Amino acid sequence: MSILVDRNTKLIVQGITGSHGSFHARQMVAYGTNVVGGVTPGKGGQNLEEIPIFNTMAEAVRATKANTSIIYVPAKFAKDAILEAAESGISLIVCITEGIPALDMVRVVSELKKRKVRLIGPNCPGIITPGQAKVGIMPGYIHKPGPVGIVSRSGTLTYEAVWQMTTRDIGQSTVIGIGGDPVLGTSFIDCLKLFQEDSQTELVVMIGEIGGSAEEEAARFIEREVRKPVVSFVAGTTAPKGKRMGHAGAIISGGSGTAQEKVVALTKAGVTVVESPALIGETVSKILKRHPASQRS
Amino acid sequence: MNIHEYQAKEIFRKFGIPVSDGAVFEKSTLQLDRIQTVGKAPYVVKAQIHAGGRGKAGGIKIVDSAESAFQAAQKLLGTKLATYQTAGVEKPIDFVLIESSRTIKKEVYVAITLDRSRVLPCVICSESGGVDIEEVALKTPEKIVKGHFEVDEKVGETKFISLLAGFFSEEGSKASKLREVLSGMIAKLTRLFVELDASLVEVNPLGLMTDGSLLPIDAKINFDDNALYRHLEIAGLRDSRQEDERENEAKKFDLSYVGLEGNIGCMVNGAGLAMATMDIIKLRGGEPANFLDVGGGASKEKVAAAFKIILKDPRVKSILVNIFGGIMRCDVLAEGIVEAQKEIALHVPLVVRLEGTNVKEGREILRHSKINIQTAETFEEVAEKAVMAIC
Repeated sequence: MSILVDRNTKLIVQGITGSHGSFHARQMVAYGTNVVGGVTPGKGGQNLEEIPIFNTMAEAVRATKANTSIIYVPAKFAKDAILEAAESGISLIVCITEGIPALDMVRVVSELKKRKVRLIGPNCPGIITPGQAKVGIMPGYIHKPGPVGIVSRSGTLTYEAVWQMTTRDIGQSTVIGIGGDPVLGTSFIDCLKLFQEDSQTELVVMIGEIGGSAEEEAARFIEREVRKPVVSFVAGTTAPKGKRMGHAGAIISGGSGTAQEKVVALTKAGVTVVESPALIGETVSKILKRHPASQRS
Repeated sequence: MNIHEYQAKEIFRKFGIPVSDGAVFEKSTLQLDRIQTVGKAPYVVKAQIHAGGRGKAGGIKIVDSAESAFQAAQKLLGTKLATYQTAGVEKPIDFVLIESSRTIKKEVYVAITLDRSRVLPCVICSESGGVDIEEVALKTPEKIVKGHFEVDEKVGETKFISLLAGFFSEEGSKASKLREVLSGMIAKLTRLFVELDASLVEVNPLGLMTDGSLLPIDAKINFDDNALYRHLEIAGLRDSRQEDERENEAKKFDLSYVGLEGNIGCMVNGAGLAMATMDIIKLRGGEPANFLDVGGGASKEKVAAAFKIILKDPRVKSILVNIFGGIMRCDVLAEGIVEAQKEIALHVPLVVRLEGTNVKEGREILRHSKINIQTAETFEEVAEKAVMAIC
């Protein structure tokens, strides 16, 4: 088992003819992901190597029976690309694009609430189930299949955490980067819920960072619902206080989003919070050794 | 992006929100007779910098004549001001706003921002407005009310009247009229927030004046940088002198950079990894000179620009490069470093750790470049070597 993507994933690449889109489409195919098509308006009928290109998502889904899309289009067009994907009948959209206006994303999220479709991102590295499907921009070779589920707001810091595990021979069930923007399609809590239900996942690594209150909300959820061990790192403990202009951000979240506050909330919820980002792999390894029977049955 | 109070007030006016009569002066345009045309004494002279907390820091003066306003403005213009919100940096005062000062009976707080957890824009109001609003939020959160609205909703003038229940009760029979006026003003602010892609609109305080009117005393607007492409008139309001020089240089190349006080120059890809790299440097006893995220799809030129910003910083005594390639390719990164040090020779120790997409090609390019580079295999090792290089 794993979550959200696996061998049954049939993927469409939106923006497949752009430089990032084409590079990563090839990388995903090389990893073994079932890339069934691409979309670039005006380029329908052409091919990228073996991959057929369509003008619209509707056409692409009709022809290929795809269930997942990944978006590499420029920020200006990202809102429409996400909504087009949502209307095409697929169940999972992964948006890599960074720099999308926040209010565009608010519009998108309120539109998606009406449909049965999940958005991951934007401004994220995507999602990978090692050995099965890579739907994102992460380097495939650093992963290996195994028992650890990883969810993170960061991209490259996630790769770092994965690498620390793989080099210790600890594999991953699924790794999700939920993205670094203020408005996201999928939250820590959504992923924690899925990992809790997933039989392959024995331990969850959650990587947070300063700003917002997503980690605090996740901490409350973990305390109530998550029975599997959770290891966490919060980036930005030493970041200087941001130069800011107003008060509303702090007032709305009821805190200031500092790493310290997040660490306290997570620790209180029973999460093992590591002080140094270099200790993620080692800590996971220790916990897995400590709970072999109960967790690995 | 931030703008000045006087610019925010001009935008308020365009959206039908009343503001005090006032005039903006620079050193070269400051004239006594022009101050007299602003309105009647007393006057308030306000230093225009991109930060709050100006009053407590001495940037706002209330004076009883045009002559004193002239003198106060003269004293402020051309100097610098640091407040508790500027993180130790002094901001230049290039402009002052002079307004006719009127007596405030009560200070109200009004703001609109994005509520991340509800994923909706949110109006925040309090009858306890003024300089201590953050303390109010911490200690007596019940004194703050919040109401959400949809981005594409046409917010009616009366929508927020119920949110304001109990406001102005000390005004007796005038209270309900005041709530109506405030609700109407909030409706206009919501329109401004959405139409201009603001990330924050804040009026603190909104004054209930002795004549019974409601008037924004201060006005702040932050804009979503990602949406500036569709608001060129707003982008034109940028005052780069209010921003860090190194940060501006970085912005030209679309790099995310924050200048710090330490001596280890950092170039990392991804904000999370960049922050974690700073954390680990500090844990190892070092101090980062900067936060620099070269971003995802950086070109060779962009990497070179980033590396040059670090090379030019006199504070930097060693350089740490920590790259975990995903969308960023290690070979592009390596080419950028080679390119940059052709122009500015490397004069401090450089420690590089590369991993991820095209890592072999990247390492190969660095090996062939003959640049004096220490390499590191792990996150821990790169930080340790960069800190050791200084000792």
